[in-house]
Amino acid sequence: MESLIGLLVGFPLLGAAVLLCGGKRLDRTGHWLGVLLAGASFVVGAVLFSDMLGKNADERALHQHLFSWVPVESFQADVAFQLDQLAMTFVLLITGVGTLIHIYSVGYMEHDERRRRFFGYLNLFLAAMLLLVLADNYLLLYVGWEGVGLASYLLIGFWQHKPSAAVAAKKAFLVNRVGDAGLAIAIFLMFTTFGSFAFAPVLSNATEGGEGKLTAIGLVLLLAACGKSAQVPLQSWLGDAMEGPTPVSALIHAATMVTAGVYLITRSGAIFNAAPDAQTAVVVVGAVTLLFGAIVGCAKDDIKKALAGSTMSQIGYMVLAAGLGPIGYAFAIMHLVTHGFFKAGLFLGAGSVMHGMNDEVDMRKYGGLRKYMPVTFVTFGLGYLAIIGFPGLSGFFSKDQIIEAAFAKGGTQGWILGAVTLLGAAITAYYMTRVMLMTFFGDERWRRPGQESAEPHPHESPRSMTVPMIVLAFGSVFAGGLFKVGDSFVHWLEPVTQFEHGHSPLSASVVTGATVVTMLIGVGAAWLQYGRRPVPVTAPRGSLLTRAARRDLLQDDINDIALVKPGEYLTRGLVYVDNKVVDGVVNGTAATFGGLSGRTRRLQNGFVRSYAVSMFGGAAVLVAATLLMRAV
Amino acid sequence: MSLSSPASSLAGDALTLAATSTSGGEAVSFWVLGTIAVMGALGTVLLRKAVHSALCLAGTMVILALFYLANGAYFLGIVQIVVYTGAVMMLFLFVLMLVGVSAADSLKETLKGQRWLALGCGLGLGIMLIAGLGQASVSSFTGLAAANAEGNVPALAAQLFTKYVVAFEVVGALLTVAAVGATLLTHRERIEKSKSQREQAEERVKGGTQLPPLPAPGVYARHNAVDRPGLLPDGTPSDLTVSATLLSRGQVREVGPEALHRVAALEQRTADSHGQTEHGRMYGEPHEPDPDPDLDAARERDARKAREEEAPK
Amino acid sequence: MSPVNYVYLAALLFTIGAVGVLVRRNAIVVFMCVELMLNAANLTLVAFSRIHGNLDGQIMAFFVMVVAAAEVVVGLAIIVMVYRSRHSASVDDASLMKL
Repeated sequence: MESLIGLLVGFPLLGAAVLLCGGKRLDRTGHWLGVLLAGASFVVGAVLFSDMLGKNADERALHQHLFSWVPVESFQADVAFQLDQLAMTFVLLITGVGTLIHIYSVGYMEHDERRRRFFGYLNLFLAAMLLLVLADNYLLLYVGWEGVGLASYLLIGFWQHKPSAAVAAKKAFLVNRVGDAGLAIAIFLMFTTFGSFAFAPVLSNATEGGEGKLTAIGLVLLLAACGKSAQVPLQSWLGDAMEGPTPVSALIHAATMVTAGVYLITRSGAIFNAAPDAQTAVVVVGAVTLLFGAIVGCAKDDIKKALAGSTMSQIGYMVLAAGLGPIGYAFAIMHLVTHGFFKAGLFLGAGSVMHGMNDEVDMRKYGGLRKYMPVTFVTFGLGYLAIIGFPGLSGFFSKDQIIEAAFAKGGTQGWILGAVTLLGAAITAYYMTRVMLMTFFGDERWRRPGQESAEPHPHESPRSMTVPMIVLAFGSVFAGGLFKVGDSFVHWLEPVTQFEHGHSPLSASVVTGATVVTMLIGVGAAWLQYGRRPVPVTAPRGSLLTRAARRDLLQDDINDIALVKPGEYLTRGLVYVDNKVVDGVVNGTAATFGGLSGRTRRLQNGFVRSYAVSMFGGAAVLVAATLLMRAV
Repeated sequence: MSLSSPASSLAGDALTLAATSTSGGEAVSFWVLGTIAVMGALGTVLLRKAVHSALCLAGTMVILALFYLANGAYFLGIVQIVVYTGAVMMLFLFVLMLVGVSAADSLKETLKGQRWLALGCGLGLGIMLIAGLGQASVSSFTGLAAANAEGNVPALAAQLFTKYVVAFEVVGALLTVAAVGATLLTHRERIEKSKSQREQAEERVKGGTQLPPLPAPGVYARHNAVDRPGLLPDGTPSDLTVSATLLSRGQVREVGPEALHRVAALEQRTADSHGQTEHGRMYGEPHEPDPDPDLDAARERDARKAREEEAPK
Repeated sequence: MSPVNYVYLAALLFTIGAVGVLVRRNAIVVFMCVELMLNAANLTLVAFSRIHGNLDGQIMAFFVMVVAAAEVVVGLAIIVMVYRSRHSASVDDASLMKL
């Protein structure tokens, strides 16, 4: 059984290698290879899962040691895999959703001539993400971490001919780099504190490190998570990442890569548990991002950017839950899985809408599309209901648990966090309803009377695209209930996350009621704004907050002022120093020597009598020296 | 002459083989001759015309020879006069004549600050040398009485051919090399064939210059003096007959008919006062030869002998 | 009066000759000043031979004289040669070896 773990990574890696190196002859059939290998990986994952289910809770972890990578005396780095319950969850999510999106991409990228490469990059992403979750030490995790960053860059900038795409890819990579630096520093600190960076020695001995060091490790791990999961302050890349093709947004920037940060925090739970200050920082980051993403999502007219804001906000929820400690880890992961289903479904639906509307992304140019795209409407609608937390669907269960755990934190923190999560729920309902209303209801704003030939012709997408959407809709509906029944999900993860039952000042039913009420408030407000009145085709000026939210709450401007401009000044200063000081010294030395030699050169003027004077002077000096010596 | 009395005292001292003390006469001679020597050296350095410098140097060298004699270096003193003053200075004067007589040094100094530097260095060096010498205490001196016991030349020879024989040989070789070298240096290899007479004549025809060769020196000369030009048949002086150097210096004397007459009249008066001539005549005019008593007596004897030899026959 | 006075005189003559080398421009006059310096050295040697009472100084002076003679021969030959090619006997005119 253990030997199968390597196949999980090996299949997509093989696919990536073959597709990327295979050349033009694979252009016609290569994508099916990609789909096949992704599916194969899922099958292996399912086999391993069923095997794991048959074992006792304590014996479920599997290990596979592939080879010893850096066998230096005290620095032992191995390529070894660890498949425990947490990793298993992620494996199923990644391979399952990944395979569905592979199938979806067959239809979506049908007319793209670089499709083979696209599938190669997708497979590469799968391999790297699986490596990330299966690694049994932080260094191998870092390899996977970097790999997904690379895949993200390649995929965001897939349409290379578009300058905006290239810039967005570069921005994503650079911002991720800041987080990556955090992870690297964490590994360094772990090595100096614990003498190793494998999960077992570090996490089981976490309490023995000094609290200062543990807080430091926790904070840099949080920085890494912020980079990968687009949390404040490293959130600026996610909106621009929507330049990539929609399957990419669905897979990477909704379901999987952006969840890597949550995985990291959950996996390193022992460290955070021993460093309460770091945990507080995590919670704060989660809360801030939660609201940030929600506000941004309210003002965007681009459907994908609105969903991106939503992703940012939902991951804020997950991070907040993870920051609550043992009372929240399981719920963070639960929300992560349900979010994977419904967000991927929402993105695939958005892609389907764009596909039918000639790749138009501005929702102000949609309207009344439910008549023309019924399947898309239904799957999108189910995803919508899940995300707003409609009772009975998956999102309701997972979000509700998080809100409850937030209140259970205790003290003022608990009240604040609870309030924030409720507020976030309200805003989530608002902006998602806004998206639904603007896209599928209302006037058909895309009609051009008198120019019928220039109108888009909205139509349903082909089967290859709708089937994955339907499957994901199933998951959006039923996954939450499945996890909640008998607290199965919590018990499943218990050996890894050490679940503790939090004690909330409010009872569960009160929290649930509050959640439903806030959801209805949000839906109602959106209906008032967008349902009753016709939606203007050109965006109205809006309030100050709206305008700021359209500009991503000035995130780029802040980054510019805080980082880019000082960096530019520093560079300019350094260039100045290089030119004036360093070059000045060098050129000055040369000039000094040149000048000196120019002066000295005049000693040789060709006149014998001048030379005779020098000789004579020298002789006089010699005589003087001799006399002095004798006198002394 | 002023030199003679110090020389005689010097000779007296020489005879006493330059003993371990100096006499009063030597002191006087030192101070007097020393002053003159310094003046001669200053003249060498400061006089404008090179020939004057050479003559001053010759004088200094002679005085130095006298000093050598006073110090018991008799051989060296004589050699100084013979070699240095006699040969080397004459050589200098020869070359001066060849080369640098007309070029008088201008007083303007071309190099900036050279004079001041030279004076400064000179003063500095001089002061230091004299100060250093002052520090040396030479209260008593050995004198050359013992060294010159058998005479200066034998003593020198004894040293020269035993202790310093290698240096002696080498120096001899050096002299040879110097002589050969000087010859080689100044040798001018004839690069082109010298022109034959025919070629020279053809050149003269082509150039339109004077066709026949010039007359030999003295054909048109009217006087022995170098600075008097010869007269062409029509009485005009010819510049070709005088040295170009004299012409460039403007040291040629004029030679018009009136000048010639004046010179002739002067010579006539001179000759008349000496009773050498019967009547005034110009030099060079054809005339009867002067009566020579010896010649007349000789002719008389020849005539008598001839008559005596003819008579018996 | 000690023979050291001759050495003083020689030092003075030497200095005058050295200044002459530096100041005069005519090559032959420079040469003559060099000869003056050599003669001053000779006078020193002779005076010291008298002071020390052996003939080594005189022999050295003798050799100096010989070498000076050889030097004069070659030097004047060179001056004549230079004059032939440049028609100038000034040491300042031979100033091509400069930067």
